[in-house]
Amino acid sequence: MTDLNFIYSELFLAISIMSLLIIGVFKKNSSNLIYNLSIISLLGCLALIFSFPINENVELFNNSYKIDYLSSFMKILTISSGIFVLISSNKYIQTININKIEYPILALSSILGMMVMISSNDLILFYVGLELQSLALYVLASFNRDNLSSSESGLKYFVLSALSSGLLLYGCSLIYGFSGSTNFFVISENLTQDDYVLTFGIVFIIVGLAFKISAVPFHMWAPDVYEGSPTSITIFFAILPKIAALTVFIRFLYVPFLNLIDQWQMIIVFLSIASMLFGAIAAIGQSNLKRLVAYSSIGHMGYALAGLATGTNQGIQSSISYISIYLFMNLAFFCCLFMLRRDEKYFENIQDLSGLSKNHPLLSFCFLIVLFSLAGIPPLAGFFAKFYIFSAVIDQSMYFLAIVGLLSTVIAAFYYLRLIKIIYFDKEKEKYETNHNIGLKLSLLISSIFILFYFTYPSWLIEIVEKINII
Amino acid sequence: MIDFPILSSLILLPILGALFIFFSKSKSNSYTTIKYLALFVSFGNFILSLYLWYLFDPTTSDFQFLEERTWIKGFINYKVGIDGISILFVILTTFIAPLCVVSVNNNIKNSLKHFLIAILVMESLMIGVFCSLDLVVFYLFFEGGLIPMFLIIGIWGGERRVYSAFKFFLYTLLGSVLMLVAIISIYWMTGTTDVMYLYSIGIEAKYQNLLWLAFFSSFAVKTPMWPVHTWLPDAHVEAPTAGSVLLAAILLKMAGYGFIRFSVGLFPIASEYFVPLIYFLSLVAIIYTSFVALMQEDMKKLIAYSSVAHMGFVTLGIFTFTQQGIEGSIFQMISHGLVSAALFFSVGVIYERMHTRLINSYGGLVSIMPKYAIVLMVFTLGAVGLPGTSGFIGEFLILMGAFKKSFLVATIASFGVILAAAYMLWLYKRVIFGKIINQEIKKLSDLNKSEILILSILAFVIILFGFYPEPLLNTTNVSVKDFIEMYYNNINFTKN
Repeated sequence: MTDLNFIYSELFLAISIMSLLIIGVFKKNSSNLIYNLSIISLLGCLALIFSFPINENVELFNNSYKIDYLSSFMKILTISSGIFVLISSNKYIQTININKIEYPILALSSILGMMVMISSNDLILFYVGLELQSLALYVLASFNRDNLSSSESGLKYFVLSALSSGLLLYGCSLIYGFSGSTNFFVISENLTQDDYVLTFGIVFIIVGLAFKISAVPFHMWAPDVYEGSPTSITIFFAILPKIAALTVFIRFLYVPFLNLIDQWQMIIVFLSIASMLFGAIAAIGQSNLKRLVAYSSIGHMGYALAGLATGTNQGIQSSISYISIYLFMNLAFFCCLFMLRRDEKYFENIQDLSGLSKNHPLLSFCFLIVLFSLAGIPPLAGFFAKFYIFSAVIDQSMYFLAIVGLLSTVIAAFYYLRLIKIIYFDKEKEKYETNHNIGLKLSLLISSIFILFYFTYPSWLIEIVEKINII
Repeated sequence: MIDFPILSSLILLPILGALFIFFSKSKSNSYTTIKYLALFVSFGNFILSLYLWYLFDPTTSDFQFLEERTWIKGFINYKVGIDGISILFVILTTFIAPLCVVSVNNNIKNSLKHFLIAILVMESLMIGVFCSLDLVVFYLFFEGGLIPMFLIIGIWGGERRVYSAFKFFLYTLLGSVLMLVAIISIYWMTGTTDVMYLYSIGIEAKYQNLLWLAFFSSFAVKTPMWPVHTWLPDAHVEAPTAGSVLLAAILLKMAGYGFIRFSVGLFPIASEYFVPLIYFLSLVAIIYTSFVALMQEDMKKLIAYSSVAHMGFVTLGIFTFTQQGIEGSIFQMISHGLVSAALFFSVGVIYERMHTRLINSYGGLVSIMPKYAIVLMVFTLGAVGLPGTSGFIGEFLILMGAFKKSFLVATIASFGVILAAAYMLWLYKRVIFGKIINQEIKKLSDLNKSEILILSILAFVIILFGFYPEPLLNTTNVSVKDFIEMYYNNINFTKN
């Protein structure tokens, strides 16, 4: 029973999901209530995480569940970005008429799945969390039932994701067969260097995880799903599953298989380089903003993987700071997208941004800093994210990776600049509505201020991340 | 007095002014208020920098007005300070910025407010470049300047502004990312990016060549050196007057300054090794771009190419590693900052009236705009490097330094001076003298008050430093001397 004391936050979230479901069933027209309640329950969940001593390191349920600094930090990131996503997309889901009770509940379930993933120290538990997360996301992707492309994206995500889950399970079973356990600790103890079948297992699991964070060459689903899903779900896709999958990546590669780094390092380096280059080049031709974000996030995941490829604590820390900053940039970008609304319609084509600066100077300024930050131009936050990554990479003398990465930032800068060009240099079009709800404005304000003024005190993120020591 | 963070205030003041302007309500009739506000801020900054010069002690080569703060904990410190090499660039920046603000007028059609903000932000970043004594802080300022400049060219530029803005941005970024790799490598080799500390410990000889090349790729694009100079004519031509002035007067100097401070200062052995490369590229820049300048139809393009040639002198001077050469380069950069700014302002004056930059649509301006003809004469002679203008001193010192090193190189470079006279005087002749062919010209008015103000100040300064270069040379003298001493010590030290 004592083990349960440590997972209050997960329990709380699970119980609130169930009770919200009951409220939703018995109370008519309760979708708004449920929406607000789910934000509150996320806040409660966040408070519960903070109420525990955050530095504590405990293993629960026969070492299969782990609460440590990494998991707490990543859970805080996940939940707070979940809150931001829900707050900022409130108006959007009302407008396109998908404000049903299931929507926030499914979002909460997928967050619960992510929390399980983040803490998992066991292959089975990890898989359970992953599936809980994915199942909720399949439904969410196709939530806009009347829209053909939304249904298509849900189905596409489901089929491809099922395939990758299959590969992942196969990898798990191989590892189980050769190490005799599914627990990360036990695996690392039973490990022998020259088991090539074990390497197969690692590869399969890496493939499954790479699919989740949409690293090249397992990225095919991302552009279609990003474009087809409702924007409020696209932002979900762009941020939350990546945090969880990255954490699992870290735990999986660094706890049981650190000794086999020679086997997996090249794979990660390849994934990283391919994602950075592909993300940069393929985004150039896009005309849909959501599709463009898909490619840009593929590229960004490449940078996060570059940190992981180093095999050092510093690399992990840089990846985590990268994903934290990435989260704010994407949040700000999508908040800007939510503001492109006119006559109950949302606009997501690149040309709809044309001449935005003439009519909406503040909004365009936010776009400007977000885009420059995504491109990694100093002194904005995105630069520091890349700076940490490359300093970790260069520390390991992986100059090739660093130079390819930096050159791909130059290529990527091109399409970010193109957006800025359209916003600032082109002819203006019709005005958009300006009556946005306070939650959206607040999210945009917070994330923009973070991006713009991060450089004044960059130490705080480093100080937090420094405490994460996996190796 | 010592506790007062004067350099940080110099850096912060324009940004604060920009923030203030950003949050002030903009109405069409309050344009002048905003302009005066920006002028007030930038002029205040200029006064502050003069005070800095007054406090500056030219008898020592140590870094002065040092400030150090923890920035990224355990990793990088925010460190600023100046010595005789950098102080003049700071003053040049603060001197040019108010002139740019004055020159802004109703020709900037849309959002004057944002234009002024961009100029002020630019000023902050440029001062930061010259003050920073930490490689990462330097990189931050160096690259940060791309954002406002991209917007200045792109939003307020001419017809092909998008192309030029992209070219400018991507060229510079491509050059700079390699420098970032080098900076991070230096950090991991030595455990610091503090320039003063790096000066004292030196960098291992076997790594110097690669690191030097990485820095070179960034500075060569920014200088710009042949063959990566092609962004400059485009950017200059399309940028609005104030933008061209900032580009020519200060942005290009960041690279020249970077060559002295970082390439030569940090990697002496590699600098020595790559001298032939630099000489070759500089000579090509001097001779080839002068010929290109001769053939230009567009005034701004002509001046842009002449900038490339002049910067060729600068790089040549720096890599002579002699007192005259380096001092001359610094002087030449200051002088070129003044002269090219003045020339771009002058082109701006007639461009605003005629809306064409083509040389052959002018001619015979002397009878219509006599005042203009006089000041333009001064600037032309300054660009030619006639004795009595600041341009002469710089080129003379550089050539002196070059003769010490290599007779051949100096002789070839001297031809550049003749070519400069050819293209500048020919430009002057075609624009100012001759018959009035274009009837539009007869309607032109002579300089208005703010134009007279800007141009006469510049003309005065150019002539003043031509006859009396002492204040500038005195400031740089000791620092350059010790800098060269340190350079040769480092070389001898590593050779033994």
